[in-house]
Amino acid sequence: MAAVRTSSEVALNRVAIAAVLIATLIFLAPIYWIASTAFKPKELAVSVPPTVLFEPEVTPFVRLFTKRVQMQKTVDPQVYEAAPWWEKRIYDGGERVLKVGKDVQLSQYPDRFMNSLIVAVISTVLAVGMGTFTGYGFSRFKVAGEADLLFFILSTRMLPPVVVAIPMFLMYRAVGLNDSHIGLIILYVAFNLSFSVWLMKGFMDEIPKEYEEAALVDGYTRMQAFFKIVLPEAATGIAATAVFCFITAWNEYAFALIMTNRRAQTAPPFIPSQIGSGLPDWTTIAAGTFLFLLPVAIFTFLLRNHLLRGVTFGAIRK
Amino acid sequence: MASVALTNLDPASRAAARGWSDLTIRNMFIIPTLVFLIVFNIFPLIYSLGYSFTNFAANRSEPWQFVGLQNYRELLSDDHIWSNFVITAKYVIVSVAGQMIVGFGLALLLNRSFPMKGLITTLLLLPMMMSAAVVGLFWQLLYSPSWGPINYVFGLGDFAWLSNPDSALYAVAITDIWMWSPFVMLLSLAGLSAVPQHLYEAAAIDRASWWYTFTRITLPLVSPILLIALIFRTMEAFKTFDIAYTMTTQPTAELIAIRLYKQAFQQWDTGKSCALAYIVLIMVLAITNLYVKYLNKVKER
Repeated sequence: MAAVRTSSEVALNRVAIAAVLIATLIFLAPIYWIASTAFKPKELAVSVPPTVLFEPEVTPFVRLFTKRVQMQKTVDPQVYEAAPWWEKRIYDGGERVLKVGKDVQLSQYPDRFMNSLIVAVISTVLAVGMGTFTGYGFSRFKVAGEADLLFFILSTRMLPPVVVAIPMFLMYRAVGLNDSHIGLIILYVAFNLSFSVWLMKGFMDEIPKEYEEAALVDGYTRMQAFFKIVLPEAATGIAATAVFCFITAWNEYAFALIMTNRRAQTAPPFIPSQIGSGLPDWTTIAAGTFLFLLPVAIFTFLLRNHLLRGVTFGAIRK
Repeated sequence: MASVALTNLDPASRAAARGWSDLTIRNMFIIPTLVFLIVFNIFPLIYSLGYSFTNFAANRSEPWQFVGLQNYRELLSDDHIWSNFVITAKYVIVSVAGQMIVGFGLALLLNRSFPMKGLITTLLLLPMMMSAAVVGLFWQLLYSPSWGPINYVFGLGDFAWLSNPDSALYAVAITDIWMWSPFVMLLSLAGLSAVPQHLYEAAAIDRASWWYTFTRITLPLVSPILLIALIFRTMEAFKTFDIAYTMTTQPTAELIAIRLYKQAFQQWDTGKSCALAYIVLIMVLAITNLYVKYLNKVKER
């Protein structure tokens, strides 16, 4: 029976939808502010009143990727004319791009961004790989003390990073893993592994056992059945788990702050360290933040149907 | 029967004759993960438990001494540490309460069909997926007393949210509410959509008031999932480090995790910080235990 709708219910519904739209605008405002500041002329980022509409420019991104110095005098017009468009924007701001010979000197940002990418991708592959096997193991086989083991696995995820970081820092220092990609990757695998086991166990539980049984009857070994029947069935689950692990590793701050400072430093501790003293250049910081947040925003849309499952460690599926 | 057949293959069968036994495969799939977690999570904790009874300082080379329970005694009688715990408690209460109210409120509003509902829900979830440290940093600009849009919109003049000792903690909590209300919203939506529609229809036939329907049907049926959201957010808020650390340096916003970080990596009071880490750890494990218990309860339904 369809519910009979009174006019007051219809009105209430409209008010609720209007409220949702307003709330969405409020929630997106800070993100809009980051994105818009990344395309603002420098002086508009700190204008009073705040600037909402403006002519966007990509100069903040040029500043983000280059090393620059303040110029003492104005640029030679001939040099200015010969310069490419992006270099002209830097000259316009009274700065010049540092070069070695003809090569532009890059800022540290691309390095830090690459570090984030390397650490997040490798740690995701390892955590999801191990989690897939272990999730399958817990899903299909009888394990003595299964509930306790799963609790133990989950509890490692709940440890506060700073608590784990103190002994890990000392151990890494002893074996020379401080400020190394491997050191950070190990920490992120350890952090994401429990999550990936729990999530993969949930996905494995949903694949009917009959599929493998049929394969075993057909003469497959258990391993063949796992690789040829179960893994393809679990592909969506593996992808969702991987994206979650990637986002967690990508966003991680505390371990990266404590364990890295130069060579292997990732973007999250690097971006705040750019603030320095005096008046920060918010457009450049916003440009760096924008590029850094972009992958996560895209992944959130790809993951939208798995988010609930992810944030509850696979407990609530829907 | 099926599961028995899976774990105990007839040794004479062809499947058992080829490849590894199920027992081997099980061990091969599970043991490496357990070993990895023990080596990189449990072993370090044992290591730091040892140091928590010493006066070890990681930046000095002089030999450390065994001091027994002195670190724990000093910490528990240190007013500074207690004030950190009080600050953390305030922060947890304000930010988790805010997230529960805003998140559940949003879910109530969203729990109806309208065009582009999926898109709007996903957009609302964006904040919680983003790096707290990096986004927190940017809130410095939003809160800025001289050119921040927040003060402009609300006409607050030059109110310095983050450098005012009275407001810094709450400013961080507001940002945290912004980030994590979507989490509560997501869980609440799942709970709300699981409430059987016929209960609402029956209530409508009985001309029950909105309030009656809400308190007698909606709340009781959604509460288990709300409780999960509450415990999980409490645990996470208790551990908060990055967002508060990048937003403000006010001592009034020094959460226990920040205190621990400073003690360990700025003052290099390693032995004592290991002891403090253990105090924090025991509290977190207590909440985790509670969380997993409820998670399993809801899972069984």
